[in-house]
Amino acid sequence: MENTNEMTIIFDSRPVNEGLARVAVAAFCTQLNPTLEEVADLKTAVSEAVTNCIIHGYEGEVHKIELCCRLQGRELFVDVRDEGVGIPDVEKAMEPMFTTKPEKDRSGMGFTFMEAFMDEVSVESRVGMGTTVHMKKIIRR
Amino acid sequence: MNPLFETEDACLTVRLPKELDHPASDCIRRESDRIMNQTYIKTMIFDFEKTGFMDSSGIGLIMGRYRALGMRGGCIRAIHVNGHINKMLHLSGVHRYIEIQKQEADCEKIGE
Repeated sequence: MENTNEMTIIFDSRPVNEGLARVAVAAFCTQLNPTLEEVADLKTAVSEAVTNCIIHGYEGEVHKIELCCRLQGRELFVDVRDEGVGIPDVEKAMEPMFTTKPEKDRSGMGFTFMEAFMDEVSVESRVGMGTTVHMKKIIRR
Repeated sequence: MNPLFETEDACLTVRLPKELDHPASDCIRRESDRIMNQTYIKTMIFDFEKTGFMDSSGIGLIMGRYRALGMRGGCIRAIHVNGHINKMLHLSGVHRYIEIQKQEADCEKIGE
């Protein structure tokens, strides 16, 4: 397969690493010469997925988060995986404004932003096993 | 007081950092709660002038402050808002509860 490239990073589920994750993905996709808006969209989506692992998946405990990026032509695939508590009802979790942590001022907009800013989003989750968010974005320029 | 926070009469202005993410939002929430416990605040201004990045944590911060001010009949303004952040304020529906002033046209009120 021509024009492919891959990157995997594994990091601790600490809030400070949210910045690392989104900057790494933004840097990885620069080889496709994305627009500023595409980069902003991507950074927000990655930040949402990683924040979810930290706050919900691992509930503040420090474990590992795996971030995999793959470029294929103009398509960027991003997978964010944790081995945390899992999501009992994925459909419910993806509803706008739904959050299990309103007391922490969580807006419940994480998945909504991922869906708005990426071309495809799907979630695989098993309670007690963990969650993987698969995202795809086509870099159009 | 933290230089990012400024109070004048019953108005609290928060100069937001470059990246308004989960750790930054937590810090700002703690500090603004502390100020609102000490001082009577009715209006809050979030200044996005230096802010290039925001995620849903920033939306949560604004919604939380809106609820806190709601009891006092106060209001929230977001100023110097860039295109990406403006899009998020609209997607989340927060634009219905706050006044937004865009980056370029400071005095021009946008949205509904």
